[in-house]
Amino acid sequence: MDYILSSMKFLWQGLFVTVEVSLLVIVLSLVFGLALGVLVTYGPTPARLAIRLFSDIIRGIPVLVLIFTVYYGLPVTGLNLNNFVSAVIALSLFSTAQIIEIARGALQSIHHGQTEAAKAIGLTFPQRLFHVIFPQALRRFLPPWINSVTDVVKGSALVSLVGVVDLMLAIQQVIGRTFVPMPLYVLGALIYFAINYTLSSLSRMLEARYAYIRE
Amino acid sequence: MPISASSATAPDGGPAPVVRIRGLKKSFGTTVVLDGIDLDVHRGEVVSIIGPSGGGKTTLLRCVNVLEIYDEGSVQIDGVEVGFTDSSGTRRKRTERDLAHHRAETGMVFQLFYLFPHLTAAENIMLGLRKVRGFSKAEARSIAERWLDRVGLTAKADSLPSQLSGGQQQRVGIARAVAMEPKVLLLDEITSALDPELVGEVLAVVRKLAEDGMTMMVVTHEMAFAREVSSRVVFIDAGRIAVEGKPKDVFQKQSNERLRSFLSRVSHDPGLK
Repeated sequence: MDYILSSMKFLWQGLFVTVEVSLLVIVLSLVFGLALGVLVTYGPTPARLAIRLFSDIIRGIPVLVLIFTVYYGLPVTGLNLNNFVSAVIALSLFSTAQIIEIARGALQSIHHGQTEAAKAIGLTFPQRLFHVIFPQALRRFLPPWINSVTDVVKGSALVSLVGVVDLMLAIQQVIGRTFVPMPLYVLGALIYFAINYTLSSLSRMLEARYAYIRE
Repeated sequence: MPISASSATAPDGGPAPVVRIRGLKKSFGTTVVLDGIDLDVHRGEVVSIIGPSGGGKTTLLRCVNVLEIYDEGSVQIDGVEVGFTDSSGTRRKRTERDLAHHRAETGMVFQLFYLFPHLTAAENIMLGLRKVRGFSKAEARSIAERWLDRVGLTAKADSLPSQLSGGQQQRVGIARAVAMEPKVLLLDEITSALDPELVGEVLAVVRKLAEDGMTMMVVTHEMAFAREVSSRVVFIDAGRIAVEGKPKDVFQKQSNERLRSFLSRVSHDPGLK
């Protein structure tokens, strides 16, 4: 037990890296996923096809393969990225592909009449998006998006496999020194659970908050 | 951009029409929906458009506010071509920005209301006033309240659409369109989705607008109403105007075989007999 307590600071640093990786991936994938999601829904056909192809390919590849490809594969092309950057890029690619689909589903669920009514009062495309479409699509976007955020937090444990010392790798290193795996794995599971349970509770709160929007 | 009443006159010295449609054609794929429509609507006129389903009535309205881009012919609002620029001699589709500007000049009320469900009744009306007309929040609110008052919904300003009946929603839909002070108001079968007992309250609002001199194009299946409020009735069949005239002429003479058969099919309408 003393060993575990003395490694708390080490675990704490690992947790910090996990949160750091997760936040970066969440922000990057949200920005790119939303932009591409809008483009795949309303954009010109070539852009739509290209984005569909991207998202289909990425979603068909295991995250771990993506991480290894970026970290071990890209140097072949002369692009050397450190393990942290590689891991963030690979996870962001994966999450962006998810968010494109979530955004597309949310946007397409809004009745075409909403766009027509917005056009009829003279709103331009950006005005229609921000004042009419997005506020309604938000309710449908949030639950699956929070779900994908919890996937990112859980998936971030894979970055330990390219040597990023996140919570997962910190736990394994402590186990390597103390030889008491069970309590440490349970502790790790509890920490991941605490983060994700908080997120899904937040999701339920937000869902209730936007439940007033009915067609 | 401020809305100014046009004082333009036609070349022959008479008042220029608000809406001038010439040789309008529109096809969807191989289906010809509008096959050469000529129609003028003058200031203060109420033109009812009747005819069988699929005859092109709704498409005609949608071409006037450029929700559909027409293939051939011309639609002018106050002398300005709405869908295309032709300055250089070649027809070019107008930019999104231009189209948005033109749509703001033509109010549209939809069969299925299409109120914005996340906004209250007042906010539905305020959105265009603020974002398109550039009014402040307070100004937009007071205009919205004035129009809600005129459609009899003063108490419902802060209700969401889901809390309103169909008839109330459609009255908000009308208020949302007229608050923009459009040059012409387009009504697309606005009572077709309503329970019969709610039709009257919506038609009453339209009747009042007609009395106040609002220029309107009305696609309707309410023949009694068309006869009562219209300055002119246009019967559209197979993408063409088959009959056009004063309501009593159109309904009483029934000069055209297609019109006769159409009217006999809708003659359950007690107002007709």
